[in-house]
Amino acid sequence: MSDANGNEVNPEKDLSASNLPGQRGDKGEEIRVQRGMFGANNGGDTSGYGGLVRSIRLPGAATRPYGGWFDEVADELEGALEEQGLVPENVIDKTVVDRDEITFHVEREYLLPVARTLRDDPALRFELCTGVSGVHLPHDKGRELHAVYHLRSITHNRLIRLEVSAPDADPHVPSLVTVYPTNDWHEREAYDFFGLIFDGHPALTRIMMPDDWQGFPQRKDYPLGGIPVEYKGAQIPAPDQRRSYS
Amino acid sequence: MSTQTPSGASAASPRETTEGTVYTVTGGDWDEIAQSAAKSDDERIIVNMGPQHPSTHGVLRLILEIDGETVTEARCGIGYLHTGIEKNLEFRTWTQGTTFVTRMDYLTPFFNETAYCLGVEKLLGITDQIPDRASIIRVLLMELNRLSSHLVCIATGGMELGATTIMIYGFRDRELILDIYELITGLRMNHAFVRPGGLAQDLPPGAVDQIREFVKKMTKNLPEYDKLATGNPIFKARMQDVGYLDLAGCMALGATGPILRSAGLPHDLRKSQPYCGYETYDFEVPTADTCDSYGRFLIRLEEMRQSLRIIEQCLDRLQPGPVMVADKKIAWPAQLALGPDGLGNSLDHIKKIMGTSMEALIHHFKLVTEGFRVPPGQAYVAVESPKGELGVHVVSDGGTRPYRVHFRDPSFTNLQAMAAMCEGGQVADVIVAVASIDPVMGGVDR
Repeated sequence: MSDANGNEVNPEKDLSASNLPGQRGDKGEEIRVQRGMFGANNGGDTSGYGGLVRSIRLPGAATRPYGGWFDEVADELEGALEEQGLVPENVIDKTVVDRDEITFHVEREYLLPVARTLRDDPALRFELCTGVSGVHLPHDKGRELHAVYHLRSITHNRLIRLEVSAPDADPHVPSLVTVYPTNDWHEREAYDFFGLIFDGHPALTRIMMPDDWQGFPQRKDYPLGGIPVEYKGAQIPAPDQRRSYS
Repeated sequence: MSTQTPSGASAASPRETTEGTVYTVTGGDWDEIAQSAAKSDDERIIVNMGPQHPSTHGVLRLILEIDGETVTEARCGIGYLHTGIEKNLEFRTWTQGTTFVTRMDYLTPFFNETAYCLGVEKLLGITDQIPDRASIIRVLLMELNRLSSHLVCIATGGMELGATTIMIYGFRDRELILDIYELITGLRMNHAFVRPGGLAQDLPPGAVDQIREFVKKMTKNLPEYDKLATGNPIFKARMQDVGYLDLAGCMALGATGPILRSAGLPHDLRKSQPYCGYETYDFEVPTADTCDSYGRFLIRLEEMRQSLRIIEQCLDRLQPGPVMVADKKIAWPAQLALGPDGLGNSLDHIKKIMGTSMEALIHHFKLVTEGFRVPPGQAYVAVESPKGELGVHVVSDGGTRPYRVHFRDPSFTNLQAMAAMCEGGQVADVIVAVASIDPVMGGVDR
């Protein structure tokens, strides 16, 4: 098989998501390219689905206006950051509006001033942090580990999301315990499961797993484990060995 | 990797034996602590309360530094009931997820299920398509669940004070609610009844009558708690000004639910960020201004009365109709019926798909084995559980399985406040303070 220029094309190797026709949802941010289906990637695939290539995209950056009170919060935040001598474009990587929720992707070195501003500015007043949730995106190069914070303002009855990312090689994120003491255990949990190191945390130790546990269990490359079970005469493989349709 | 435990001193050091390396898993710092305790000449001792202790609400380990009868420092050791539910969810379909989340905080299964399903529905964008009847039954079950959870809190809290009558009363009334659960879902706990898109099935015949009967009985029983405890001088002496946490402390430590409301802030997600149609129900959010365990007890009692009001409104509103979204690509299980061996696929449905419609068979097979796909993105949904804000952060990568699900369990967050409530108080008051937090370790450790 060859293309118009006479170069060899191997559909298994040369396809990048950008030169594929008819990609659904070209917008957004690609986090992974998915190949095949039904978990059939080691031969024996006669269905043709093994050659399927899909681009996995999360919702991308939104442009103004964001709609509703989102603009008000974004304006206030940008204004307050400028007052502190920070350039909002450097601090906020992008703003995503999806499913009636607003997400500020913040550069990690500015997380602390952003959180403090969000908590203290009278027009923002996000006084309650509901903790941090780690997300591991191993194919999102340079941004493998994400820390996601949800901040609630009881005063204004609003909820926003902050997201910071860190590369696998340097999994450091500033700790928010000084701003939101409630994050103490939440950050220990995210450290325990994802290996995110929260700089400035008073005692960053494991919280769920035993102290001398090796590895970070909720990373995607960490196996679930389990054993095959016999049920009505058939061997049922462990959950992470079963056929997956994703 | 540079991602090892930063404070290596607190972990036990491994020891080589003929059998291989041996690690001491817990209490690695015990020698250190014991030595430093021996050096000091006073009565300062460190007590390990739990993880197996009748009054720690499950496998909670409290590490108390005691000077005489005074607690000078208090810390929690948790993780003894960690079951990896969040990780396991990533290996099942979206629908199978509710089977796991119902087991987290095992005293509030319907809140876990509903929060999770609301999150999945938000990702799917079908929040508006959930049938009214399904939402009403969700509210009905959640409010019954609020009652049963508060009853356990009051019952066990009373027992820890030595008030065994309250314990007997609490479990007696909770049993009535568990009977209703059993009638509706077939199980007393771990229901997996709320599913993405609606409910597993409709209410069985007789359920409404039994709930009405229960409301009548409960309206009669609730004042008994008042008579027994509210004015009881011993009960008050043990509870008042114990487990003190003011509003600033609550906000800083992220405490929600009855703890926050006992500090006087009427914050309730059912009012501020309504879901499942809570904005259409008539109920009040009780508060107290005492910031203590007694205030939390009174709030729980009043919340039970309000829950009964909501249950009555639910029953009045129930109209016949579907309990699952119309979209057959999501609505699983297809058809359920009660057979001689319990609940399962209806024989009529099996006969139809096996005998007459190949397409229906394919559809059923695909939906059950593969599940449905959820568009990529993330969502955060929170419900007001009896313990506070139960939040779910759901991330999808467009697959048939959750990419990541994180639960912000209120017990986990509220338990952090234990040190602030207990330090400087009496040892006996630790029990009361922890009971007023009402932590459930299944939820804390997940």
